[in-house]
Order: sequence, then C-alpha cells, then structure tokens
Amino acid sequence: METADPQIRFDGVAVGYGDRIVQRDLNFSIGRGEIFAIMGPSGCGKSTLMRSAIGLLKPKEGRVLYGEESFWDVDPGRQRILMRTFGVMYQGGALWSSMSLAENIALPLMEFTGLGQGEAADIASLKLALVGLAGFEAYYPSEISGGMRKRAAIARAMALDPDTLFLDEPSAGLDPISSKLLDELVVSLRDSLGTTIVIVSHELYSILSICDNSVFLDTETSTMLASGNPRQLRDTCDNQQVRQFLTRGAP
Amino acid sequence: MSAAQLRLSQPAAGILQIQVSGSWTLASGMPSITEVEQAIEGGAELSRLCFDTGSLENWDSSLVNVVYQLARRSRHAGVPLDLSGLPDGLRELLDLAETVPAHQDDKDRGPDTSFLADVGADTVHFFRSASEILRFVGGVSVSIGRMLAGRARYRASDLFLIVQQVGAQALPIVSLISVLVGLILAFVGAVQLEQFGADIFIANLVGLGMVRDMGAMMTAIIMAGRTGAAYAAELGTMTVNEEIDALRTMGISPIDFLVVPRILALVLMMPLLTLYSDLMGILGGALVGTTLFDIGVYEYFRQTRSAVDLFDVFGGMFKGLVYGAIVAVSGCLRGMECGRSSAAVGAATTSAVVTSIVFIVVACAILTLIYNVLDI
Repeated sequence: METADPQIRFDGVAVGYGDRIVQRDLNFSIGRGEIFAIMGPSGCGKSTLMRSAIGLLKPKEGRVLYGEESFWDVDPGRQRILMRTFGVMYQGGALWSSMSLAENIALPLMEFTGLGQGEAADIASLKLALVGLAGFEAYYPSEISGGMRKRAAIARAMALDPDTLFLDEPSAGLDPISSKLLDELVVSLRDSLGTTIVIVSHELYSILSICDNSVFLDTETSTMLASGNPRQLRDTCDNQQVRQFLTRGAP
Repeated sequence: MSAAQLRLSQPAAGILQIQVSGSWTLASGMPSITEVEQAIEGGAELSRLCFDTGSLENWDSSLVNVVYQLARRSRHAGVPLDLSGLPDGLRELLDLAETVPAHQDDKDRGPDTSFLADVGADTVHFFRSASEILRFVGGVSVSIGRMLAGRARYRASDLFLIVQQVGAQALPIVSLISVLVGLILAFVGAVQLEQFGADIFIANLVGLGMVRDMGAMMTAIIMAGRTGAAYAAELGTMTVNEEIDALRTMGISPIDFLVVPRILALVLMMPLLTLYSDLMGILGGALVGTTLFDIGVYEYFRQTRSAVDLFDVFGGMFKGLVYGAIVAVSGCLRGMECGRSSAAVGAATTSAVVTSIVFIVVACAILTLIYNVLDI
C-alpha cells in the first residue's frame, strides 16, 4: 500500500526476537497527517512492529524509512534526532514513578527546548488539561488510576508536539467518556498541528471512527493480510478474517 | 521566520486586542505574557479581549499555552474573551482542554517542617513500624506452624529452587570474602604477635575469630546485600504487579506461599554457609601463617584444632541461623510493605539491607553477651 506523501515507510520489514520472526514481508506506508491503525488479534506482533518503528528493536530484515532516511542505517546521532520527532505512549503508561505528572511532562520540555521551569510547568498543565487531567499536576503516578495514568502518558507523549505520535493501546481500560475524549484529542491534534498518529489497537469503535488508514497483521501467517481504510476493509475486504475482526465476528 | 511576539492595542474603548505574530514554536521559546496579564488584571475597564493573528506564521503548543493561560486570567478577572480571531485548530484544542473541569485538589501537600512535628511523626512511625514487624513475625510463625502441620500452601519445587539460589549459588562470593577476612585477621594479629615471638597464635586468633563471630557476621552481611535485597525487590515487584493481591483473592496466603519458603531456605542455609565461611577464613589465615611467618601447615592446623572446640563452632552456626532469620524476615517484610511504584521497590530494597544490618549487629551484641554469661 503506497501513500501519496509518506511519513513512515515499511519496506520489506521483518520483526522478531532472537531466532523467532513475529511478522515478515511488511510493505506499507503511513501518510503525513494520517491517523493510522496497526490492528490484528492479540499476540500478532503489533507492539513489536511499533517498537521497531520507534527505534527500540532493529528489524530482522528490511528498512523503516522516515522520509528518505532509513532509521536503522543512519548514525546514532541522527537516530537520536529522529527519535525526538516521535512521541510514544507505551501500553502500560511507563510514567516515571518518582516524578509528579507535571514533572513527567516537563522533563522533555526542559531537556530539549529553551523553556524555563515556569513555562514548562504551564505547558505541562495545558497538556494535562487536553487529556482531561487538569488539576492533577502534583499527583504521582501511584496516586491515580490506571486509566488516568494512560491519559497522563499520552500527555507526556505530546509534550514536544511531535511530528509522529505512537499510541500503544490508548483506549484499553478507559471509560467510554474518556475514550471518546481521547478520540477527539487524536483528531484535534491531527487537524490542528498536522501530527501523524499511529495507533496500535483493537478497539473497533475508535479504529472505525477516527482512523484514515490501517494495516491488519495476522498471527498464523505472520504477515499483513490487508491494508487500507478500516471502514472500506470492513465493507469490501475479500479476506474473511479481516472482515470478521472488523465486524466483531459477524459473517 | 520572525520571532514570536505579542503586542497590545485598543481598537475601541474597552476592547483590548492582542496581536499575535511571528513563528511560535516550543523550541524557540515563548514571549512573556506579563504585560497582557497586567492589562487584564490591572483594573482597566475592559468589555472584551480579542486576538488578531493576521501576522501569525506558524504555531504549536506554545501559542495554545499562552492563550490557555490568558483565558484563565480573563475568566478570573471577569473579562469576556473573544476567540474568533484565532486559528480554528487552536480553538478546537482550547475547547478540548476545557471539556473536563479542573480537579479541585483537597490534598494538603504543604509539608509541616517544624522540628517538634518531625520528631513526633518519626516517633509515631517508629512505633508503628515496630508493631508491623511484630505482626509480620507473628504471621510468619503461624504460617510455619501451618507448614509443619502440613496445612500451608506452597510449592516444594519453589523451596528447593530458593535453597539452591541462597545456598549453593552464594558459595563463590562467600569463599572470596571469607578467605580475604581470614587473611586480614592473620595480618592484623601477626603484626602484634610477632613482637613476642608468638607467631603460632595467629592460628588461634584466626580460628576463634572466624568460628565465633566473623564467619557468621560476614556471611550475614553478604546475604543481606545479596539475598535480603533480592527478596525485597522480588516481593516488591510482585506487589507493584498486583501478583500478591491475586494470591490473596484466590484465598492463598502470600505469607505461606511466598514468605515462608524464602525464610526457611535462608534459615536452613545460613548455618551451613557460616560453617563453610569459617573453613575458608581459616584457610585464608593459614595462607598467611604458612607462607609469610614460617609456621608449618600441619602445625598451623593442629594449633587451630586445639584452640577451637565444638561449642565455638556450634555457637557460630547458631549465630548464623539467627542472622539468616533476620535477613530473610527483613527482606520479605520490606518487600511485602512495598508501595506500588518502581521508586518504592528501590526504597524497599534499601530498607531491607539497612534493617538487616542494624538487627544483625544488635543480635551479635546480645548473643555475645549471652555466650559470655553462659561461658560458651
């Protein structure tokens, strides 16, 4: 699947751990300003693929291209610069437990921008407000619920206004209102700042309502079964497994 | 690209217009909003605050943040805010930021720094933690009773694995430290004894020193750093991952399942490790005595045998057993008390080692006194 203005391109990528290949022959692009879903059944390698896209796991084969640059072929200094253009929300939140929520968000701002402590704190408050956590600045991750931790992790991922935002299972464990708020936030970020958003998820409602494009990974064949607009895939895809996934098992 | 700027103007009476221009990026910093804040809160009769973004080149969160802060100030000052001059995307983000009302924090986060309050809080904490230790030891005792009666739930394979980890796998480090302690004791003693031509008594000094105290003490300190810390980190991480809660909800006592096997393993292994440490220490002393001080190997070991009796050996092993119990209970207690964050796991591990070493030294003093009274 080729996109007109690709931001990230997977070119013959295979990912895995040790001798085990989890996914192979992955060829697809994520367009600039797109909301893109990586979907598939549990254990198919969605998060593994995301790890190779964000520079944590070198692919076994192939290239991950950002523009014309192959991430794993450039020097480490350039890799670090590229990594600063990503914002990542990890599945479990991965907030730094010894810091308050505001400090979690302010840390990358203080490290990579010229903002002072007060300005970074103001931006942190804004980011928390965007995810519905206004007033929780002084709380520590251990003092808030799992769903709130996820939202705070999204706020941290957005701290530097990244070009690309990777969200690993963002809606899992959220209440319906927070989940809707998150969907609105994702669309607003794309619309207002032009952020490309990659969502690893199997939350059908979110995928179908906000994603422009998607790829479906399969466990049995260890490769992608389909790619394209998720609503079109649901309605017209030839592959029964993909259609069943997108219709909650309905024939 | 020109720098981000904010300028104030008054196109009509009562209307304050904020002209936003230039390139607004987090990387290039934000202009000060103090002047605008003062204008809003300065008492001027304002009927409206509006924006002009005609010269705005590009923007990101830095501008959203400025408008967000100004919106809060103007709301506080009761000045109506007209956002129509702002880009659509920015207004969308502002709406989103205000969708959920701010949480009102009812927590008192201001620390009371008065000295008396600190002393009071620490005293309360001390007695509370002492009662927690007693409660934990009581719980462990009941569990051991259940285990002896065959009613405790634990996996024998876990017990053997822990025995292997705390016993056999600790031998290399115990060997190294004990040989070195034996060497040091021999050197320290030899400097004095040589002056009186009593080199042979190096064997007595090292033998008695290792067997009565140093063997058990050094092994205990090694095990506090190695095993006690590992117990605290392992149980602490299980607390963070809710594995302990999962055991409780299944009706399995975490004390039976996790704590007792660990305590038993260390209590069983410590006397053996102490005995091994004694032998290694004597070997270290012999190395110095026989190579540097002209004492024969046979002579050295005969002298050691005459100096050390079985009571000394068993006395040292008993100390080892007590220290083992202290290290295991401290490690497990701190692990079970651990909070639900990675920082708490670190604190639990540190606390386990400190608690172990403090109680080991206290126990050593008490046992030495008792041995003296009993003439052992």
